[in-house]
Amino acid sequence: MSVSAIIALLAATVVAGTPILLAASGELMAEKSGILNLGVEGMMLIGAVAGFAVTHNTGNLYLGLLAAMLGGGMLALLHAFVSITLRSNQVVSGLALTILGTGISGFIGKPYQGVPLENTFGEVFIPVLGDIPVLGPIFFQHDVLVYFSIIITVVFWYILFRTRWGLVIRSVGENPAAADAVGISVSRVRYMCTILGGVMAGLGGAYLSLVYAPTWQENMTAGMGWIAVALVIFAMWNPARALLGAYLFGGVEALTFRMQTAGIHISTFFLSMLPYLLTIMVLVLVTIRGRELAGGPAALSTAYDREER
Amino acid sequence: MLKVRLIKRQQESISVRGLIPIFSVILAFACGGILIESAGFSAGETYLNMLNNAFGSSYAISETIVKAIPLMLAGLAVSLAFKMKLWNIGAEGQLYMGAFAASWVALSAGDVPPAVMIAAMMLAAFVSGAVWGFIPGFLRAYWNVNETITTLMLNYVAIFWVQYLVYGPWKDPQSMGFPLTPRFPEAAYLPAIGGTRVHMGLIVAMVIAVLFYILLAKTRWGYEIKVIGESSRAARYAGIDATRKIIMVMLISGGIAGITGMIEVAGITHRLQEGISPGYGYTAIIVAWLARLNPFAIILVAFLFGALLVGGFGVQTMGIPFSTVMILEGAVLFFLLAGEIFIKYRLVIQRKGEKI
Repeated sequence: MSVSAIIALLAATVVAGTPILLAASGELMAEKSGILNLGVEGMMLIGAVAGFAVTHNTGNLYLGLLAAMLGGGMLALLHAFVSITLRSNQVVSGLALTILGTGISGFIGKPYQGVPLENTFGEVFIPVLGDIPVLGPIFFQHDVLVYFSIIITVVFWYILFRTRWGLVIRSVGENPAAADAVGISVSRVRYMCTILGGVMAGLGGAYLSLVYAPTWQENMTAGMGWIAVALVIFAMWNPARALLGAYLFGGVEALTFRMQTAGIHISTFFLSMLPYLLTIMVLVLVTIRGRELAGGPAALSTAYDREER
Repeated sequence: MLKVRLIKRQQESISVRGLIPIFSVILAFACGGILIESAGFSAGETYLNMLNNAFGSSYAISETIVKAIPLMLAGLAVSLAFKMKLWNIGAEGQLYMGAFAASWVALSAGDVPPAVMIAAMMLAAFVSGAVWGFIPGFLRAYWNVNETITTLMLNYVAIFWVQYLVYGPWKDPQSMGFPLTPRFPEAAYLPAIGGTRVHMGLIVAMVIAVLFYILLAKTRWGYEIKVIGESSRAARYAGIDATRKIIMVMLISGGIAGITGMIEVAGITHRLQEGISPGYGYTAIIVAWLARLNPFAIILVAFLFGALLVGGFGVQTMGIPFSTVMILEGAVLFFLLAGEIFIKYRLVIQRKGEKI
């Protein structure tokens, strides 16, 4: 492979990793507060179809993004209501919403199937940094959403580990009873984090339909939501590691695509397995060595019921 | 000002428990109907059409059963694990591994009598699915690794493994590039009933349902499973060894899901191909949940979901997208979950100043 091909591959890696990063960073916040959201796939699809439909009809990309965030957020609100207020089984709720979201998006998206998008976010060439050989094309010649995904991840990291809000979120995820005793509204924190997760997932989906493809196809996320869920664990619930992991997983995606178009089918499937296998390995390591050490919230996926102690 | 509060009941309400599945279905179809109407179609016409597609003729009913069989088996598979609060989300992957193993037997066994072939395929599928269930089971039993995630991840590993086989070493040279294996020998065809596609898998499903019922209701082993599911602490005090139970349950659960894969390739497709399951492993979870993990109810609910799949497939000619089926499935499960709160809590509207 020539140097320019490698550079192109790495640049594609960043692009491929962006929707994963967007969805995963939001899911990370939700899980940090103790809510397991398995509905990411459905929320991404809702975001993708909502973003596409609105942008197609209004011609405004930003309105599309807003619609996507709204769609993902609303689905997440359902998950939050069932998981937090009704204290139901979070795993089953997430699955229900993935199926629901997939169905709704397919239903709404029917008239838009395969329709190309007229204009999309152009590449924003960052002056000076974009001129650096090798690194320039890989990192600094992308659309605004790529930059946004990196910035928001850093912001989330900062919030979680350097601010009081982050402490509140983490305490709610670690020990909701203790947080409740100190006067923190466990329910409100979890609602906000879960909805944030849905908003980010919607944004990730919109990236696919507005920039990556850009079009609408039924089921176009093709499991990317599950990769995002895996990434949160692989990153051991740390946004900084999620950033690196997203590009690792994105790299797998970009590489398999290139290999398949070159006609090499066989080994691409083993490559595709890698993110999932790696995630299992990380989860095992993290669990054996004590999740607390790795930052996994102890109260993840357990509903908080004040009366039961 | 009115305040809505959820007050815990002294005793769980049995009547509510029985009514919730029914109400969930009604609410889900109502919401689906609203969505259909908003798209310009007639909800009534759509639903009637679905009913006709699913039950309107003996052929229709046979197709409904065909779609219901994998849901029955996979539903039974996950219900066993769920009974113990083991969240086996991996039925889809276990199904694929079962299909893979059965296909391996069918394609490499050579000339064997049908009975031997079918038995061997079924055994291979069970073992293969059981292994796929064993891995997350072991991790959970000995190292407390979250089985929700591990089973989920292994789904994709299994799917990619099958894709590797059908795009690569097992691809039919005469398939013109399509990712499928050659047709299985006749001996590997699961016998069918009458002239329909309804195959022996139906009998297998019913036998397993009866076995599960006996196992759970009449044996000590089954009783201990239920205790572990209700309260792990109580189980520990009673001296029940959860570790071995977890492994056993995941082995059986995975094994039965594996058999689901086998009956699909042996009874319907007669070859291994990409996408042998349209998400049966996930739909099975809804089926099991709706049936409240009762083996006989699972058979019934699976039948109804089979009807939903067949009905939904048929209305596409009306212009209604198949995704409507997913909306209905998701909505049913969602309302089911939401409704469950009313088993333990009752809704009270408190007027200002009123004491509860």
